[in-house]
Amino acid sequence: MNLEELKKTLEALIFVSEEPLTLKQIKDILQDEDSDHIEFALKEFIFEFNGRDGGLEIRELAGGYRMSTRPELHETIRAFLKTLPSARLSLAALETLAVIAYKQPVTIPEIMEIRGTRSTSAIKTLLDRRLITAKGRKECVGRPMMYGTSKDFLIQFGLKDLTELPSIEDFEDLVG
Amino acid sequence: MSDKTISEMSEATATETAVEDNYETTNKGDYKIKLEAFEGPLDLLLYLIKKEEVNIYDIPIARITEQYLEYLTLMEELDIAVAGEFLVMAATLIHIKSRMLLPPDPNVAPESLEDPRQELVERLLEHQKYKQAASMLYSRSEVAQAVFTRAQIESDTQTPELSATVFDLLEIFKKVLERAKEQAEMEIARDEITMAEKMEEIHSLLKERDSLSIRELFEKARSKRELILTFLAVLELVKEAVIRLAQSETFGDITAFKRVAETRPDTEEISESGENLSQV
Repeated sequence: MNLEELKKTLEALIFVSEEPLTLKQIKDILQDEDSDHIEFALKEFIFEFNGRDGGLEIRELAGGYRMSTRPELHETIRAFLKTLPSARLSLAALETLAVIAYKQPVTIPEIMEIRGTRSTSAIKTLLDRRLITAKGRKECVGRPMMYGTSKDFLIQFGLKDLTELPSIEDFEDLVG
Repeated sequence: MSDKTISEMSEATATETAVEDNYETTNKGDYKIKLEAFEGPLDLLLYLIKKEEVNIYDIPIARITEQYLEYLTLMEELDIAVAGEFLVMAATLIHIKSRMLLPPDPNVAPESLEDPRQELVERLLEHQKYKQAASMLYSRSEVAQAVFTRAQIESDTQTPELSATVFDLLEIFKKVLERAKEQAEMEIARDEITMAEKMEEIHSLLKERDSLSIRELFEKARSKRELILTFLAVLELVKEAVIRLAQSETFGDITAFKRVAETRPDTEEISESGENLSQV
């Protein structure tokens, strides 16, 4: 495939993919294409696509690429789809999620140590909403369950991967 | 739909203002405090430190302890169950306060003397960081929620039967149970139907047509009681040799037929036994 054809194909693939499309998925499908060629085409396609400043954009999300509408259009889209934003997480759940995101894999007693309060219902909410998953048991007394964030967490918080989270030390300056 | 959580969140983002309101009202002696604004003892301590405008690295422990205990008393007066962790923190504060009062150990070099407040300060700072991280996550999710992907296409759910999780099943089961409960409640207001009537109904239905789907019969039942009555009535009719049941395949629908060759027992007997059974 020449570059233009490849870019067209990539656009179509990203469009139909329900989950963020990973580079590996693209390469698996386009086996005949040179890997570097694909990466170059992808980069160029995304640059061009986002550069035209249309109603859609390609974002890197949860280790893949996803086509979505631009955030500034949300009011009109919501009015059309007749949807409400999904229920927001409580402050307790958000704080618990923050601890898990930065400390994972982390156990409930460890979360409690940081938050200074019990977090059981917050953990339940986060599990129900599939933002966190159990990550095995810690090899210590009582073998408590460890928790970590899920792929859904990355998607729902618009993150490429966990490294995109600002460093927890950066928040220190704000104290006082 | 999400009113509650939204208001919770707006309360959370408005903690600052809510907290200031608290301060004002407490000054007036009007104890209408929103204590749920405090997520835990660390939260309450951070609030007190902010309110008193003291340096977090040099907390006047006596003053803060006093205030902290005042809040706990207030919570008790308001009949709010004080969570155990608040009491643990109170004990910690008092412990620190007493250690501060003790003269420093003369055998230890002043540089290596540890500030009794050190550990608490570290915990507070740590907690503060995660509070900041939580609000960062909050604003990230706000943006992420404002984008939409294409609508689902058919291939997304190729096997809808299999895409349900155990939790989805439980959810549906719960709904079914709730619905059944509602129907049971309606039953009280309705006229009770006896088994004899039910048997008569089935019988007259079979007079009109030759066969009758049992499932159809059950679907007509509007309460658990009626379902049971229908079931018993069918059994009774079979026993009385009024009807005959047939099933074409395993787990298939069951069809009732009228027995023509044999003589029907007289209705009086049916209604009598019907009355007896319906009382069981």
